[in-house]
Amino acid sequence: MTALTAAAAAASQIQERFGVGPSVTGAELSVTVPTERWPELARFARDTLGCSYFNFLTAVDWKEQGLEVLARLDNLDAGVALTMRTRVTAEHPRCPTLTGVFRGADWMERECYDMFGVVFDGHPDLRRILLGDDWEGYPLRKDYAVDTPQAPYR
Amino acid sequence: MEVKPPVPQVPPAVWSEFKDLQEWEKYHQERADNDKTSEALSAIAEAIHHFPGGWIVTTSTEKIFNWARSSSIWPVTFGLACCAIEMMATFASRFDVERFGMVPWASPRHSDLMIVSGTVTIKMAPMLKRIYDQMPDPKWVVSMGSCANSGGPFRHGYHVVKGVDRVVPVDVYVPGCPPTPDSLMYGLLRLQEQVAQFQKTGTRPAPAEPA
Repeated sequence: MTALTAAAAAASQIQERFGVGPSVTGAELSVTVPTERWPELARFARDTLGCSYFNFLTAVDWKEQGLEVLARLDNLDAGVALTMRTRVTAEHPRCPTLTGVFRGADWMERECYDMFGVVFDGHPDLRRILLGDDWEGYPLRKDYAVDTPQAPYR
Repeated sequence: MEVKPPVPQVPPAVWSEFKDLQEWEKYHQERADNDKTSEALSAIAEAIHHFPGGWIVTTSTEKIFNWARSSSIWPVTFGLACCAIEMMATFASRFDVERFGMVPWASPRHSDLMIVSGTVTIKMAPMLKRIYDQMPDPKWVVSMGSCANSGGPFRHGYHVVKGVDRVVPVDVYVPGCPPTPDSLMYGLLRLQEQVAQFQKTGTRPAPAEPA
């Protein structure tokens, strides 16, 4: 039960600080914040809530409703997990970087940029990480034409 | 107090009691007595050696070159994915393609064959092409497994080349996901047949340059 009480306490702390109530499922929290408060939430979660383990960062393409950048932070001691989400537009996907808070966010944001085209402002080295430098488009977006023949190999 | 289990007494082996052995010896004895062919052959060989240059075998150069090529195909060790595990098993002692003269060689510059074992991604394709270009002519390519043949289960992925024949010319396709070492060995034997026919095939045209 300690994890559940810790999760409830963390939820009320987030509600107090950011004015949005996280949805709680067991010991897993999920909260959507505006893009401007993205690094602030990460820093708050790390320092105050004890979510010091940066699990992953990725994005979801919701077509007309834009892209959703999400990151999961874990408090391994209390067993609490926080999924932080933010919405960006598909036309100008810009989001502040988390590299100042978690160094491990570096490559994950590069991958997110590689696959979804989300530009992370303030990232020290934002370039493609998995695909070639000359790659056109962002393949994990829903509107990416997968089977389009592209010179020279397909 | 120590109790020893009784040791079963095995009678000593007597070779003369083995029937098979006796029959085997008898068979070879009779065969040697009746073998007039080998005597005739050795007589002919004896006679040939008395001619000047009689020890030279005459044949066409293509035939002897192709015989040499097909019986010493050296594949470059080039593993891309899980098919490479089966390829290594084929090279290793259980299946042992070295008895066909195929020595896995760790340099493309001394190799005749490239076994493309696995998924070719668009990022890997230039390296594959480069290794192929580094191999001296004549050279052959075996496409191993569904991925190398056509893209396989990853065909509709954004990053997969839909068949290695879009990068380099392929001589033998081995199906399977992954192919067993037996399948690969069958493919390699078919390749040997193909290599032995090399003068009929001639030089293959280079793949068309992409527009």
